[in-house]
Amino acid sequence: MAFLSAHFVAIVFYVLAVLAVAGGVGVITFKNPVHSALSLLGTFLMVAGLFVLRHAEFLGAVQLLVYAGGIMVLFLFVIMLVNVRRLSPDAAFLSRRAPLAVLSGVVFGALIAFGVLAGSLGHPGGGATALQMVQGHVMGNTEAVGWTLYRHFLVPFEIVSVVLLVAMIGAIIFGRKDAGLEGRGGRMEP
Amino acid sequence: MNPTMIPIPSAWILYLSAVLFVIGAIGVLLRRNGISIFLALELMLNSANLAFASFAFRFAGASATAAHALNGQIFIFFIIAVAAAEAAVGLALFIAMYRRKETIDVDRFNILRW
Repeated sequence: MAFLSAHFVAIVFYVLAVLAVAGGVGVITFKNPVHSALSLLGTFLMVAGLFVLRHAEFLGAVQLLVYAGGIMVLFLFVIMLVNVRRLSPDAAFLSRRAPLAVLSGVVFGALIAFGVLAGSLGHPGGGATALQMVQGHVMGNTEAVGWTLYRHFLVPFEIVSVVLLVAMIGAIIFGRKDAGLEGRGGRMEP
Repeated sequence: MNPTMIPIPSAWILYLSAVLFVIGAIGVLLRRNGISIFLALELMLNSANLAFASFAFRFAGASATAAHALNGQIFIFFIIAVAAAEAAVGLALFIAMYRRKETIDVDRFNILRW
């Protein structure tokens, strides 16, 4: 029991990390995009848990609401609009250059791991209170994030709202019924 | 956090972030279905967010950086917003591509390759 309570953070980390990596592997190995999307949903939930573990409680909640609740539903809707059954009639759901892709990914991962090793980041860090501080008072992560967002990052925040508006308009224009059919006269066959 | 709990090194979460990023990168290079590529891309964005959260926590305690302790988390907030915009536009593009060619196999979209 004492072991459990002392190593609570490590145990939670291992459980979340293993499930997150399993979900990530599922994303790229499931042939059916619906299964990939649900696997990614699992990874999103685990990453939300890791955010909470790193004292980013507000972002954990945002991760659940925006990613798991919003973006994932968008993905599933699009997968259902695009007929998946007709998409992959053959087994060739992987690119022709698959070994090269895995090799470059592994080399890239080795480089990142080398960078983390060289950075000597074994220090646990920790400054939970600094992440909950509002004007010298310890309040909570959500209050602190909101305070910082609206005091120091107000202009970027407004710009992001414009970015979202532009993206919404762009998505509506691309999603119109006649979008992508303008060049029908000179349409090139695959 | 309860002080009797033993904290974990920041590097652990960074390694996990690297593993998830590499899985996402391999997925982007490996898959042919456009939506699957997009899912792997979201995985990469999420792993970057994880690294940001880890660094924010790691340097929140240091006196030199404590005043800006929340900047990493604010950055994650903006990344999530931009990822939402990117997902909306990208998926609309895939729908338009599907209407045109009845497929979203990215290897079939090669008219720029002459």
